Amino acid sequence: MTFTIPIDNGDSVKTAEADSQRTLYPYVTGTSIVAIKYKDGVLMASDMGGSYGSTLRYKNIERMKAIGKHSLLGASGEISDFQEILRYLDELVLNDNMWDDGNSLGPKEVHNYLTRVMYNRRNKFNPLWNTLVLGGVKNGESYLGMVSMIGVSFEDNHVATGFGNHLARPILRDEWRADLSFEDGVKLLEKCMRVLLYRDRSAINKLQIAKITEEGVTVSQPYSLKTFWEFKAFNNPTAGAEGSW
Amino acid sequence: MDPNFKLFDTCDLDTQGLIAALNATTDAFYVSGAGLGLRIETAGCGGLTRKEPPERETTAGKRKASDEEEEEEEERLNKKMFRNQYDTDVTTWSPTGRLFQVEYAMEAVKQGSAAIGLRSRSHVVLACVNKAQSELSSHQKKIFKVDDHIGVAIAGLTADGRVLSRYMRSEAINHSFTYESPLPVGRLVVHLADKAQVCTQRSWKRPYGVGLLVGGLDESGAHLYYNCPSGNYFEYQAFAIGSRSQAAKTYLERRFESFADSSREDLIKDAILAVRETLQGETLKSSLCTVSVLGVGEPFHFLDQETIQNVIDTFEKVADEEEGEGEAEPAAPAEEGGDGTGDQDVAPMET
Repeated sequence: MTFTIPIDNGDSVKTAEADSQRTLYPYVTGTSIVAIKYKDGVLMASDMGGSYGSTLRYKNIERMKAIGKHSLLGASGEISDFQEILRYLDELVLNDNMWDDGNSLGPKEVHNYLTRVMYNRRNKFNPLWNTLVLGGVKNGESYLGMVSMIGVSFEDNHVATGFGNHLARPILRDEWRADLSFEDGVKLLEKCMRVLLYRDRSAINKLQIAKITEEGVTVSQPYSLKTFWEFKAFNNPTAGAEGSW
Repeated sequence: MDPNFKLFDTCDLDTQGLIAALNATTDAFYVSGAGLGLRIETAGCGGLTRKEPPERETTAGKRKASDEEEEEEEERLNKKMFRNQYDTDVTTWSPTGRLFQVEYAMEAVKQGSAAIGLRSRSHVVLACVNKAQSELSSHQKKIFKVDDHIGVAIAGLTADGRVLSRYMRSEAINHSFTYESPLPVGRLVVHLADKAQVCTQRSWKRPYGVGLLVGGLDESGAHLYYNCPSGNYFEYQAFAIGSRSQAAKTYLERRFESFADSSREDLIKDAILAVRETLQGETLKSSLCTVSVLGVGEPFHFLDQETIQNVIDTFEKVADEEEGEGEAEPAAPAEEGGDGTGDQDVAPMET
């Protein structure tokens, strides 16, 4: 099926062949990211899975990366687009460092830069198929924001992407406080990640938690959550409904 | 003595100085290719003096008429610089490694009326003298807001200054839009300096004829920079540019060490006092000067006439009481009777 979409990238109207040059759907995707502000900065959690459609194909993908001195970026969605974004940010941070003048990019600046990039790509009908979470601390102030693939951007005390919005944020709305300690923050994130592990089919039980404070970024080693499957309702699941279904 | 030497007498130059310098001199060059000629560059008192052989029947003949004009003007310019055959193009070096067009552009800055800048750790004050072309006209705007946290004062060709201010505003707003954060002033001046440098290395361009005092904030506090037509920029605690700026600079040199910790009010007072120095005798009135302030927590804005006059009153009154003069002076605001030698041939577009 060919059809033309008038895309003005400075050239004439493009045909369907050119469509293959635009992102139409994602291929290898990461699932939710959950992040919260806490007492000393920001905590972010993600699993290490890269799904290829319904197959849980890649099990060692780091979806959270440090940006410059003050920021941490987490991404869900198309992994190759996330890597492209990391390349853009690498260049941005490099140029910022080359100035060598005592000024440095803070999380707010990086977040806004990403918002501009994502929105501009969306306007060209060629989005970067990611939802990004940007957290950081600069001059004692914590920052946590999100940008979607269509350029919707906002800041909040706790954010999540994808399924996390539906499963994790209700928990956070009830249980988040401004002065969470590191241990309490991690416990809260693990609670959210456990729910996601049970209910999100693209989640795997191998997660990382990253922390960013004034001192810098640390990303934990991968670990897994304990799960419990011995609920009575799981015993004898077909009781009361014999048959193939 | 070299027989060529007597050619210089016809130019009414400082021959005595030349002879004295020659006796002590180091370098002497002979111009080749253009026929007879003697070029001498020596380090004289206070600067390089350069002489060129006067009109000759050579390929340079077409420059005759303008040469005479230039010579008069340059004579006036403290006899420091003279028309020579390396100064037509900005892309021509002189044998001593100078770009004369760039240096002439810096002269244009000296023609403008004075602009002064000072800074403390947290504030920057920019002040300038309001010079009007005639009594009938209003004065030209010399201080521009670039952003809430950056302001610029210019001296020289106002038109060039306006264009560069627009460029600065554009850079500042683009940065603000992309990063939602104010552009650090140190990075802005580098962009500006690079822009100015381009004009010193293209044969179809000319250097900007305006000096800019850029005051602004960045993460490390308040800064004041001076951007030159040459593409250089320097950071200053306090500086003055334009005509009779030397008087202001002398005043600032005496006091600059205390500026870092000055209060905002003291900084403003020092700025206005520095402006007074450049007026050299003319009574200081708030209508004669424009003052602007910016600082940490204080966006760029101009001080109104009343505020300026109040500051003036605090020190003028003391002076008046001592000298027994009244404050009401006959109104001769724009008539620059007190003009020094530097301003008579100033081109109409400059301020």
